[in-house]
Amino acid sequence: MGRFVARRLLQTIPLVIGITIITFALANLVPGSPVAGLELDPSVSPEDTERIRANLGLDEPLHVRYFVWISNVAQGDFGLSLRTHRPVLDVILERLPNTLLLTGTSLVLALAFSIPVGVYAALKRNSIFDQFATMGAVAGVAVPNFWLGLMMILLFSVMFREWGLPALPSGGTHTIGTGGDLMDRLTHLLMPSIVLAFSATAAWTRYIRSQMIEVLRQDYMRSAQAKGLKDYIVTFRHGLRNALLPLVTLMALEIPTLFGGAVVVETIFSWPGIGRLIITAASQRDYTVIMGTVVIVSFLVILANLIADVMYAVLDPRIRYD
Amino acid sequence: MADIKQQESSQNAGRAGVAGAGLSAVERTKPRTYLRQSWDRFKRNKISLAALAVTILILMFSFGAPLVSTFITGKGYQEQSLLNQLEPPFSDGFILGADNLGRDVLTRLAYGGRVSMMVALIAMGGALAIGGTLGAISGYYGRWVDSVIMRFVDIMIAIPGIFLLIFIGSMFTLSPIGLAIVIAIVGWVGLARLIRAEVLSLRQRDYVEAAKVVGASDSRVIFRHIFPNVLPLVIVWATLVVPVLIITEASLSFLGYGVQTPIPSWGNMLQQAQRFFTHQWTLAFIPGAMIYITVLAINLLGNGLRDALDPRISD
Repeated sequence: MGRFVARRLLQTIPLVIGITIITFALANLVPGSPVAGLELDPSVSPEDTERIRANLGLDEPLHVRYFVWISNVAQGDFGLSLRTHRPVLDVILERLPNTLLLTGTSLVLALAFSIPVGVYAALKRNSIFDQFATMGAVAGVAVPNFWLGLMMILLFSVMFREWGLPALPSGGTHTIGTGGDLMDRLTHLLMPSIVLAFSATAAWTRYIRSQMIEVLRQDYMRSAQAKGLKDYIVTFRHGLRNALLPLVTLMALEIPTLFGGAVVVETIFSWPGIGRLIITAASQRDYTVIMGTVVIVSFLVILANLIADVMYAVLDPRIRYD
Repeated sequence: MADIKQQESSQNAGRAGVAGAGLSAVERTKPRTYLRQSWDRFKRNKISLAALAVTILILMFSFGAPLVSTFITGKGYQEQSLLNQLEPPFSDGFILGADNLGRDVLTRLAYGGRVSMMVALIAMGGALAIGGTLGAISGYYGRWVDSVIMRFVDIMIAIPGIFLLIFIGSMFTLSPIGLAIVIAIVGWVGLARLIRAEVLSLRQRDYVEAAKVVGASDSRVIFRHIFPNVLPLVIVWATLVVPVLIITEASLSFLGYGVQTPIPSWGNMLQQAQRFFTHQWTLAFIPGAMIYITVLAINLLGNGLRDALDPRISD
């Protein structure tokens, strides 16, 4: 087991290096240079411009600059924000918990909905419930999150307030000016996490249903029934466990999509996470923050995949470690 | 990534029993071509047929945008009328209402659809070209070429596409075609993996081995024996990726890094509506609904195609 984890960790090293190379290369595509303004300024002599370039390390070849940057990144130094001059890592770590809270809640919501619905639809195959669940899943997976978000704000925040009903807040993590007690934070979290969870829920419901149907056909299910086990033990201990196993991989594959969706959802609901951070940074052309965000989000995706692989190996004894 | 074992139990089920029905009858009927068989299978599913009809309608509406403008609404997509700001739908002269600058929503919807569709289709073509080629090379030649390409694919999959696209969008102001190319550069990786796996398994089939034994060249094996077998998979992927690309473009435009105004797209219509939708909710509802219907229709069409072209790969 230890060797499996170690090997899996080793495999991520080229990934991490690749991601940093791509990010660095992209940043160097940025039109103009940090000293471009000085080159046009008549009061700054060409010698001074050269000296400034040398001081900033810009006269070094590209690969040397990459190694300087990557060794800084390895020590947690992503440089300073070009706008606020704060350390990029601090800015990101300040926002990251909000995004993790949002994506985490969405994951839980999606699981809490799709597992019971998918399993029940599979058990009652071709029933009215099953047909509705399947249809809902097909229709639900296509809903664009930005549209759903706007429509939910329209209904639950704007219209509900007009109609005098208890309205949901349309943005932020808590009511400004208050500390934000648990209830307040939960009501703020509700709409964004539902929107973010929506299409994953629909996709997983379908997947769990077909997976469960597949498992119900297996011989070991018949054996379990034949030896006289109670129905719910057969369904849950023998059936569900096996049906849910591939979900671990599916969840890991969903992580990049979830972070991508978070950018849109955080923008709609003014949720101060890294999704909105990269949008703000992009509008201000704050490239150090953009680079830092891209690298850190990608690292999180790799980490999630790593955890999923290890979990899968632990849960499924058929997977060999070596 | 731990591989999920593909279920192959049903794979051979359909082939038995064909020869049983009186041989003479078989001799008299003309063999149906593959295309004909697929169409027969496709049209049995009424939902797929409806999806096809809706998709064709949307394509006609989008690519016929100038006709919509001339004959139905009688307005250009940039024609402003400050007297008619935020006009509700079904009001005089504005079938679907007018936006904050008094521009006709129906006209803009058609032109926006044209841009959104064009970006998605060009991006699909680009992703096919990159992903198809690299996937096929990777699967066919194997060894270090395969390792290099697949490690690169792993890297690209780890970076969430929208972050990369925003990064690029913050550096350059992209034209719709430029945007399509950039989306293709980010979006080819899934296909490359798919093609590689398929080519890898096809390469070991007996008929490929046989062709090689009789001295067929690499290009003959690839184009005569492997390509036709990969084609159904590629067609299904190409169909099902269009909705993903439409959503990608719309998300980017919604965030302000996709299609730039004054060129309308469904995504940036939604973005502009964001500020006014509490006054006129249809402004946000209509382009979003249009994206939703399009995505749903093409998804269903893709599922139908999958069942029709290759019953083995149905889920």
